[in-house]
Amino acid sequence: MTRPFTSHRAALALLPLLVAGCAAGGVGTPAGITSPAPATGANTQSWERAQYPSTYRRRPNPPVLITNATIMTAAGPEQRGSILLQDGRIVAIGPTLAAPAGASVIDGTGKFVTPGLIDDHSHLGVYAAPGTFGENDGNEATNPVTAEVWAEHSFWPQDPQIPLAIAGGITTIQVLPGSANLIGGRSAVVRLIPARTVQEMKFPGAPYGLKMACGENPKRVYQNRGPSTRMGNMAGYRAAYISAEEYRRKWDTWLKGRKGDPPARDLKLETLADVLRGKILVHNHCYRGDEMAQMLDLATEFGFKIRSFHHVVEGYKVADLLARAGTAASVWADWWGFKMESFDGIPENAALIQQAGARAIIHSDSPEGIQRLNQEAAKAMYSGNRAGIPVTREQALRWITANPAWALGIDSVTGTLEPGKAADVVLWSGDPFSIYSRAEQVYNDGWLVFDRNDPARQLKTDFNLGQMAPGVGR
Amino acid sequence: MSAMIRCGAAVLLGLIGTRPLTAQTIAITNATVYPVSGPKLDGATVLIRDGRIAAVGRVVSIPAQARRIDGTGKVVTPGLVHVQGALGLGVGRALAEETDEEYTAIGGTTDGEHEGDVSAAFNVLAAIDPNAVAIPVARMGGVTSALTMPTSGLIAGQAVLIHLTGQHSADMVLLTPAAMVADLGDGSRSAGGGSRAGALARLRALFADAAILRRRRADYDQNRIGQLSAPADQLEALYPVLDGRLPLYVNANRQSDIENALALAADFRLRLILRGGAEAWRVAGQIARAGAPVVLDTRDNIPSFDGLQARSDNAALLREAGVTVILAGQDPGGQMNLRFEAGHAVRNGLKWDDALAAITVAPARAFGLADRLGTLEPGKVADIVVWSGDPFEFSTAAELVFIDGAEMSLKSRMTELRDRYKTLPPSY
Repeated sequence: MTRPFTSHRAALALLPLLVAGCAAGGVGTPAGITSPAPATGANTQSWERAQYPSTYRRRPNPPVLITNATIMTAAGPEQRGSILLQDGRIVAIGPTLAAPAGASVIDGTGKFVTPGLIDDHSHLGVYAAPGTFGENDGNEATNPVTAEVWAEHSFWPQDPQIPLAIAGGITTIQVLPGSANLIGGRSAVVRLIPARTVQEMKFPGAPYGLKMACGENPKRVYQNRGPSTRMGNMAGYRAAYISAEEYRRKWDTWLKGRKGDPPARDLKLETLADVLRGKILVHNHCYRGDEMAQMLDLATEFGFKIRSFHHVVEGYKVADLLARAGTAASVWADWWGFKMESFDGIPENAALIQQAGARAIIHSDSPEGIQRLNQEAAKAMYSGNRAGIPVTREQALRWITANPAWALGIDSVTGTLEPGKAADVVLWSGDPFSIYSRAEQVYNDGWLVFDRNDPARQLKTDFNLGQMAPGVGR
Repeated sequence: MSAMIRCGAAVLLGLIGTRPLTAQTIAITNATVYPVSGPKLDGATVLIRDGRIAAVGRVVSIPAQARRIDGTGKVVTPGLVHVQGALGLGVGRALAEETDEEYTAIGGTTDGEHEGDVSAAFNVLAAIDPNAVAIPVARMGGVTSALTMPTSGLIAGQAVLIHLTGQHSADMVLLTPAAMVADLGDGSRSAGGGSRAGALARLRALFADAAILRRRRADYDQNRIGQLSAPADQLEALYPVLDGRLPLYVNANRQSDIENALALAADFRLRLILRGGAEAWRVAGQIARAGAPVVLDTRDNIPSFDGLQARSDNAALLREAGVTVILAGQDPGGQMNLRFEAGHAVRNGLKWDDALAAITVAPARAFGLADRLGTLEPGKVADIVVWSGDPFEFSTAAELVFIDGAEMSLKSRMTELRDRYKTLPPSY
């Protein structure tokens, strides 16, 4: 087909100051809000009210016991045994477990179980299929700094790419604005479940992310008005955060006494001020190693942290700097050569980042790649091992589960198979690091959202109906 | 930029496998051999002599002077043939169709472009750079030959099949032209005045006029026939296509576009190869009856209005219907990932043997090189890969790659970068 790669390869930068762990399950409070508690009523102002809160509700599902499977927890060695899911949680993992009343018992012989996969770099829903101008909602490419836009306000829950990703074992994604802008806007962390609204999918308690982008994309998009150089890019970030510092100071001062009129509300600066407060995690599209070093200095200048660089094609050149900064690296397994700043991509990138002690993540940034995140991790793991860089299977699994969960600030809820964590679970037909294996069942917060053997458990979006090929997750 | 390219080329000179000055005799022994022309052979020997395959079998007499390679535990296949891309055009990965400005921003990688939407006389050969960094990278994935294609237009021009080795582009050529590249998908609507129906009408007119020009050349030279739909040199370039000597390689994804391509080929008796084929599975029987091979990208299951009914098991469904399936996509990691495309197709129902054929003998046959490439049979060119295991698995590596019987270096700019930064900080 002639779908060109969309021009939104981007990365995120993260803030280090994490919001405290999210409440497990249930509906949490929306993160990233400056007021102490959402208020309602005629005497309140917009900024005091809940800002587009999650309406997510866990769906009921009978208890599920998967027996005699190879369980890859991403939090310890692989083990042969059983795993019990109940009321949306992982209840137990052990050699043998008793099935509670009413449980579905699944023979996992020869099969593998992993945590639900997490893609911290997706544009599903904002660059939806079928890829027309009408749904090209990922880049507000009208100004180099658009911190005021929120990806969730573009997100289309009927994107027919969503069922394909679910069939690949993905349970949670970060939806990012594109990379046209220096500062592209807020991300949304959503559970991949059938839903009518993005609010129903928003991961309760997940902090917002902020998309920033280095390098070629902003300077290309804005070459006629500026920035048109990397130094112009840097000046643009700095100007924006200088304004944000002033805005934060004004508001923080006013909030202490609440005397007189509050400062004027500015959506752009409100988001950036929350970055400075550590409430919003920075996700920074950045390819070149030297440029990441510049961004780390920028973060130091303004007192925030970059949670994860994204794409990080030259991460292997500065992996020690990333480790020291505590900044994760979200990478493709082996993409390279599609533009100058991707020229030095190598398949051992993730392994070398891991070896240096930095947190490696395999991301997709692609509606095709998101269907095979486990395979991209496998490719990167074996490429590293062949070059003599030790990467364990557990580490490689963490690249697509626990590590992205950390990058999104939801690692206390999901990302590993441990009792008490959300029942985000994939049952694979075989070793998830083999090219021949497929996700057979996907549980999202305990809800069976995909079953390869049950057409009734294969989501068809509205767009699928009456015009798309039968069978999902083909 | 140009300075950088020159520098890169200088570094690479030492890496590119060159033809041996004296032909070697090589025996790969006790391996699991997939000749593709026949069933798998366990414990078999492949004998290479003078750049050709001399023998394949369980009992092969090995000349005393032969270099012996112990193939115990290894898998041997023909070199892989990648037939959708722009390998060698420019410095980067330079896959075809990546015309988005983000990708063309890397200057000098788009030598597949040609002004105008009918470029039948345009041949990419002179633009092929034997020092392109993507070539040794592709070899790392066991790819030994590739179709290098012009990029865009109703008729984009002539593609060339190259061997992935050689000091000069002329050394690399296996077949030129190897195909006439055309497009009946969404991308050609503008060539049809905004409609794919117009694009089809223009394509038909071009072939009709090419036939008229050939028949009435004297009248044409004396201005005794009306205006033709393209200049004479463009129409002349279509003669081998009209003769069925040169395949017409047509991008078509919608069922209706595929059917239009089949009808065009039937009416003009053209040798058709379909590319894209998102909805090909819907008309698999028709395609099989027409004998047209289909080149698929197994990653492509994303619905668009150029192919709403794309599906991952397309290859399996086509094969079941008797269609010759060829796998060649545009993986963002480059041609080196071709073997994984075959693995994806197996995961989605294609038989393993058919998947191997789809990246070896099927493309060789479709583009007219079956007498030289695509199988391990005596007399064929010794393009051979020794794998550490199942070639479709991530855990497997191409350990030895032979082209024309010469062992290729498996180093590349990628491995140089990796080795420089294996320990940080690097010692520059």
